[in-house]
Amino acid sequence: MCRIGAIKSRNYVHPSQALLLMQSQQKGHDNSGFAMVMHDLGGIFEGYKHLPTLSLACTDEGLKIAEDILHAAGFQRVLQWVPETNDQPGLDIITMPNYVFETFDYPKHYKKAEKREKEELLLDMRLKIRLALEKDETGFVYSFWPDVLTLKEIGDPRDIGTYFNLWDVDKRFMAKVITAQCRQNTNYDIVRYAAHPFFLQGYTALANGENTFYLKNVEFQQKLHRGYIGFESDSQCFLYTLHYAHRELGWPLSYFKHVITPLPFEDIEQRDDKDSLLSIRQSLAHLEINGPNTIIGVLPDNTLFTCCDAKKLRPIVVGRSDDMVVFSSEVCGINEIMPDRDWETDIYPHEREIVAIDENLEVHRWRQ
Amino acid sequence: METMKIQDITPNDLPWKIRYDASRCTLCGSCVAACSFRAIVPKVERRRLVFSEGDLPEPKARFSAVPVIRQAHSIKNYCRGCGICEKVCPNDAIGPLRNVDNRHPIVTRCLGGDSIKRGGRKNLEGTVRTLDRLRVGRISQMTDPSLDAQRHTFDLLAPFGRIMPANKLPFAVNETGQLAASGQTPPVRWIYPVIIGDMSIGALSWRMWEAVAMAVAYLNEECGLPVRMSSGEGGVPERLLKSRYLKYMILQIASGHFGWNRIAKTMPHMIEDPAGILIKIGQGAKPGDGGLLMAQKVAEHIQAIRGVPKADLLSPPNHQGLYSIEESVQKMFLSFNAAFKFRVPVAIKVAASSTSVSVFNNLVRDPYNIVGGFFLDGIDGGTGAAHEVSLDHTGHPIVSKLRDCYLAAVAQGRQGQIPLWAAGGLGKTGDLAADAFKMICLGANGVFTGKLILQMAGCVGNEMGRCNACNTGLCPVGITTQEPALAHRLDVERAAQNIVNYFLAMDQELKKLMAPIGNSSLPVGRADALISTDRAVAERLQIQYVC
Repeated sequence: MCRIGAIKSRNYVHPSQALLLMQSQQKGHDNSGFAMVMHDLGGIFEGYKHLPTLSLACTDEGLKIAEDILHAAGFQRVLQWVPETNDQPGLDIITMPNYVFETFDYPKHYKKAEKREKEELLLDMRLKIRLALEKDETGFVYSFWPDVLTLKEIGDPRDIGTYFNLWDVDKRFMAKVITAQCRQNTNYDIVRYAAHPFFLQGYTALANGENTFYLKNVEFQQKLHRGYIGFESDSQCFLYTLHYAHRELGWPLSYFKHVITPLPFEDIEQRDDKDSLLSIRQSLAHLEINGPNTIIGVLPDNTLFTCCDAKKLRPIVVGRSDDMVVFSSEVCGINEIMPDRDWETDIYPHEREIVAIDENLEVHRWRQ
Repeated sequence: METMKIQDITPNDLPWKIRYDASRCTLCGSCVAACSFRAIVPKVERRRLVFSEGDLPEPKARFSAVPVIRQAHSIKNYCRGCGICEKVCPNDAIGPLRNVDNRHPIVTRCLGGDSIKRGGRKNLEGTVRTLDRLRVGRISQMTDPSLDAQRHTFDLLAPFGRIMPANKLPFAVNETGQLAASGQTPPVRWIYPVIIGDMSIGALSWRMWEAVAMAVAYLNEECGLPVRMSSGEGGVPERLLKSRYLKYMILQIASGHFGWNRIAKTMPHMIEDPAGILIKIGQGAKPGDGGLLMAQKVAEHIQAIRGVPKADLLSPPNHQGLYSIEESVQKMFLSFNAAFKFRVPVAIKVAASSTSVSVFNNLVRDPYNIVGGFFLDGIDGGTGAAHEVSLDHTGHPIVSKLRDCYLAAVAQGRQGQIPLWAAGGLGKTGDLAADAFKMICLGANGVFTGKLILQMAGCVGNEMGRCNACNTGLCPVGITTQEPALAHRLDVERAAQNIVNYFLAMDQELKKLMAPIGNSSLPVGRADALISTDRAVAERLQIQYVC
């Protein structure tokens, strides 16, 4: 069973915390990979929060292709950070030649563009780069978004940490929100894109479990939005559903749960808002999920949330201190990085609620 | 000796021969009285008995007149093989035997100068059904556990009504952060995924129709299964129209518009809305044909309900004046929606055909959001009456056509917007749950069935020419007749009870199929749950081939 985790902190934290969080749950890993998405970046990226950062694993040729595409579109590079790697022998890791995090300024004619317009441009650029790199597998582009950075790799998470020097706290590489998973997808071949978390236009999602309605979800999502591509993992659907409900339809986050795990009809009948709940259930029947899942998600405003499937077949626990909230599949993960917290305040979300952590680390629990 | 006329009909020309053992017969007359087709008649035979009474052989002959039962040699009163004679015979003296050498298709047309008409299903035996080549192959295992069908709760409901795409829902976020409807959406009913298919009052005996209506009411009110029944084209008794049970009825209108005068007149007195309106464009059993109700079945109460004289009632094959999908069907839909003030979903039923997907695509793009369901009826469906040539030689199988329609919706990202309901031979083997489940996985929202319901009540007809006399008004078990003596053979309560029990069993079986794939709501479009050992079927339906 997969293990997932997430950290949201008042202060910047280093990914080593995420590694520790995941490492203590190691018996749930198959050591096939490690991936993380960092939102609200600190360190060297702190001054560039308003500009998009490209997260790329590629060959030399791939890097050139990606940069050429961005330059041709008018993007100008303002920052490049290549993490120092520790290529010691014996590490269980299948590496790419380059890991590049580059921040770009928008093309001149986009400087005064609306936020939404810029966001569409960033997506288009990422899709274009992905397509270009896919041809000869010259690279993998995970995100191109302001204040977001993604790292994914195939191999033993411990060795991946060693390779990227993630075990040592480095103040240049910090974030306030980090989501992570230590496992690759089991349903498909091991490919870099298949590793959770998944990212799209400010939204991050990762999941622990299966999606029995994968085919229904995919068939429906493919026509909903140009960004809904890939589907290397059956859990990728959750990201797209989140993106669709929250961004495209503009529905409050609390309705995400109504989309993926609608209430039984007899429960809907008892509700005051039964008309809208029934409409949602009807219209988005193909986005429903029916398998065991726990989902962790991040919204563009850095709200971190979690919810479960309607049968509550996958565990998740939320631990808190004044400065930090941690989601983890197993409580031992939280014990590892927050040993002094009051564990009596831990939250074990139930099958009909969303637990969300806002910018002030306030906890919101929405009963479905 | 009488001159032999070799062209005369004998039982050997007919589909069934009567097996009769005079030595077992007590001449009680039950079989003759019970045969609704008059296919057996009492007759006197002249028997010669040779005997000897003395010590030495001294043969003498004695002639006597012996009453016996004989088969009628008539293409009008031929034996349908229903076996009622066998059922009523106390001594096992009589019964029908299938005649493999029969010349029925030829002699009947030669002597009658008319097309053969009958009811039932297609009688040309096909190969194994496509549905039987599919199995549920994706079983939830350790990481995705299957459910306990006995303990888990399941949402076994399907939509009937136009579903709006989410981005067209009239929603606004109010001050409390909740989504609230700020406009009207088309009416949608969530009902049991198996509808009792359209069989009219007229086609069915009033007692059978009552039995179905009773079963539906019982299933809804006592068993909690929101099963709906389509009225068929023949109209609805006024008392039912004015009752609270109307909410379980889907009123059908076909090209004959039979019974609609009364329905329209009763509208002001209705205390409940009907469950829906079903506009019948075509029927899978006889695609391109209209309705056919022979005069002999147009009893007084049928005349009253339909407002017609006692005559053959033929619905035209099409809706007169409606010649394009875009305009005419919409006009109809609009009028029905307006009639019920947009509170009642309106669906259409078409025959599966090579052109069904075009029709479906047109409806899916309907900008008025009128079409509340696409009922697709395939070749193996039944009928009360049709020309045999239509039954046997026209039509299109349902499975691939349903799949085509679903995939057409998928290609447009519009799946579910017009719920797909499919029928045509479902439950032919008696296992409706399995058929329904597979159809749902292939993309149907639900299924409907007619013939199987009759079989639950005691219909003895089959797809090998047994009985199939629904058109004659002489149904030997009282299901498709208006003859009071025959109709009274049907035990209404027993028929209703059988239907209820079958649905309860099927409901349990549906859960037993949903549980292993880990689904608590209907797996619409979950073709990944199905596998086939037939490569051609797998490729055609786009499911996994296994061997």
